[in-house]
Amino acid sequence: MTDAMPVGDRKPLPPPVDETGVVGWARKNLFSSWGNGITTIVLIAAVVWILNWFLEWALFTANFTATTGSECRGGGACWALIREKFRYIFFGSFPYQQHWRPLFAVITMLAMLVLSADRRMWNWRLLVIWGVGSFITFLLMFGQIHIPLSLILFVALAGGVIGLTLRSALAPSSERMAYYALIGIGVVGLALRIAGVLPKWSIAIAPLSYVETSLWGGLPVTLILATYGLAFAFPYGILLALGRRSNLPLIKGLCVGFIELIRGVPLISLLIMASVMLPLFLPSGTTIDKFLRAQVAVILFAGAYIAEVIRGGLQSLPKGQFEAADAMGLNYPQKTLLIILPQALRVVIPPLINTFIGFFKDTSLVLIIGIFDFLNTANQALVDPNWAGFPGEVYLFAAFVYFIFCFSMSRYSKYLEFELNKGTRR
Amino acid sequence: MAVESLGSAPRVKVAPWNDPVIRGWVFQIVVVGLVGFLAWYLVSNTIDNLQRQKIASGFHYLEREAGFEIGDTMIEYSPASTYARAIWVGILNTLRVAVLGILLSTLLGTIIGVGRLSPNWLLSRICSWYVEAFRNVPLLLWLFLFYKLISEAFPGPRQAISLLWSSVFLSNRGVYFPVPMADPIHKWMGVALLVGILGAWMLARWGKKRQEATGQPFPTVSASLGVIIGLPAIVWLAGGAPHHMSWPELKGFNFAGGTVIQPEFTALLVGLVLYTSAFVAEIVRSGILALHKGQSEAAAALGLSRSQAMRLVLLPQALRVIVPPMTSQYLNITKNSSLAIAIGYPDLVASVNVTINQTGQAIENILIIMAAYLSVSLSISAFMNWYNKRIALRER
Repeated sequence: MTDAMPVGDRKPLPPPVDETGVVGWARKNLFSSWGNGITTIVLIAAVVWILNWFLEWALFTANFTATTGSECRGGGACWALIREKFRYIFFGSFPYQQHWRPLFAVITMLAMLVLSADRRMWNWRLLVIWGVGSFITFLLMFGQIHIPLSLILFVALAGGVIGLTLRSALAPSSERMAYYALIGIGVVGLALRIAGVLPKWSIAIAPLSYVETSLWGGLPVTLILATYGLAFAFPYGILLALGRRSNLPLIKGLCVGFIELIRGVPLISLLIMASVMLPLFLPSGTTIDKFLRAQVAVILFAGAYIAEVIRGGLQSLPKGQFEAADAMGLNYPQKTLLIILPQALRVVIPPLINTFIGFFKDTSLVLIIGIFDFLNTANQALVDPNWAGFPGEVYLFAAFVYFIFCFSMSRYSKYLEFELNKGTRR
Repeated sequence: MAVESLGSAPRVKVAPWNDPVIRGWVFQIVVVGLVGFLAWYLVSNTIDNLQRQKIASGFHYLEREAGFEIGDTMIEYSPASTYARAIWVGILNTLRVAVLGILLSTLLGTIIGVGRLSPNWLLSRICSWYVEAFRNVPLLLWLFLFYKLISEAFPGPRQAISLLWSSVFLSNRGVYFPVPMADPIHKWMGVALLVGILGAWMLARWGKKRQEATGQPFPTVSASLGVIIGLPAIVWLAGGAPHHMSWPELKGFNFAGGTVIQPEFTALLVGLVLYTSAFVAEIVRSGILALHKGQSEAAAALGLSRSQAMRLVLLPQALRVIVPPMTSQYLNITKNSSLAIAIGYPDLVASVNVTINQTGQAIENILIIMAAYLSVSLSISAFMNWYNKRIALRER
């Protein structure tokens, strides 16, 4: 016993070989019991078999360079079709020489979405980002934008009213004067415009050739329908949600009725309605652009779903917040916009992103009323008789593009849920 | 005293334009007035347009001859039938795909949701890949893909793939399989089935009552199954056990005999089920994860077997979390079945769309679509709310 080391100096024995490293991991996660082991082996066999078949088809025997469909036949996947058609799939029948315009419009919209995803931008900067981004997007897509005088006057009026309600008790008198001036300009200008004193005048910004919406297609259409569908549906969904929680019976009834009606019917029926019934609703002679009709249907539809998500956020707020705001002497718009909504919206941002993913996918339904969104252009690429018979390749490609968008958004929503809950998590 | 005087304090007099009650009513009247004005404006425009374009109104067209073919019908239908019949065919087709879709996607979704929680790493990975792949791509794209695969990649009837000793055939015209020859006894077997279900329900109630009274458990599940399967079987035997089958056979360019599942229906059902089961899997997973680990340990400590613990302790609690989101998935299946129009399955929207194009009466037809979907949606949510209330936690 004399050569025995003191207990503290002894090195602990390493764990058994079969409990560490790859072997240990496999034992624990793949072969923990007989049943598990058999499952693992069967699954490995199935995965290897499928991968073998898929790689053979998609890579080893695939044709990347063929110039016609008939050259492609007989082998594996015909990726040459995608190579031939990808510009059509992405941009539809937008004039071919001008394809850089939808390309930059898509990049602008993506930049807009990515910047909006940054929490440091969640303040007045968001308005600037969306204002500038939307202007660039639509300038690129249309080529020419005419801003009518009445719109400018209306914006002045709205800005004045919103500023005044929100900052009535806080703003210094000079700021309040500015709001009154805006309202004055708006009211007087609109009155003169309606009376016919002011001429019909608009600011024309026309650096590029005009491209009408019937020529738009592909990814920009899908992105515009989803992004602006949500952007417009958002304030309108907030109003519906507030209306549904209101004490005023008539308002509540209207909002509940509208939300349940929209949520009870499929989007397709709304789209069909927008395409065949909207023309009947308007005075004869007025026509609305088909694209705008679809956009309106998407906005109406999205608003009802967003209202329900936001209602969840409103319900999660403790009653004390409402009472405290009342006790501070805030009026209803101040209470709602300064106290309630900032907290309620924070809770519902992750589910809102999931709703957005849903709408991004649902915009594909507009192909039923003949709008060339991304799925529809992919579909049309199959029609070419020279390249008939390769649906799998085109749909897999389209699925891949959709997947990238939706998957990254769902990851972002997961990350945000984690970030926003930091304060409440132990 | 102070409290009393507070409670009975007279209402503070305020100017009418500062009184919240009066303000509320004024605001409501203004909003309702605006909505009413908008409605009046739209309706008057519509009436004007209808008169100008000489479009008839009213539902009389429903009794006229439809004149169009429907490829896949559950009830008798021909182009000579009325529009009402054509729309009814569409409603039945929608219900068929919705009911089957709900059953199958619940089944598949539960399997995948449980698979995601499996201790087997590979299995849980595969299940989560499945969920991500199907969730992140539009349903319509899956429908197109499956439809094109069935109609282009499958061989024609002459080279049909035969399965199960040449009794089931897969071809681009659909899936053909044998069915029993029609026999008068089938009607009575259906009656026996209904009686069996009723009997099983009564048996279950009686068994529960006896267990509560005496503590004696009754094998409810096996007894009910016995009644439900046994009664029709007895009727079948009593009717001389007719066992003639109609087999699909290649005759000319297509199959005759047996029965066929149309490719449109197959693509729609497969697409709906695969897509929705990804969402159902996530719901089931979160329902199971929401349970505290102590629940299963406590059940084991009470001496319940694994299946008893599952049935009596874990499942009832998990269902509370699962049922509300599941309801909205069921509604989604029903609404998403309207995508059928894109691949040519004759559902409600497809029949009505043809009717709109033929009669030009858009408003009446859209009202029919909305009324049909609303009543289906409302009945599904009423049923699920009733079920939810039944399984909800009963607190004091």
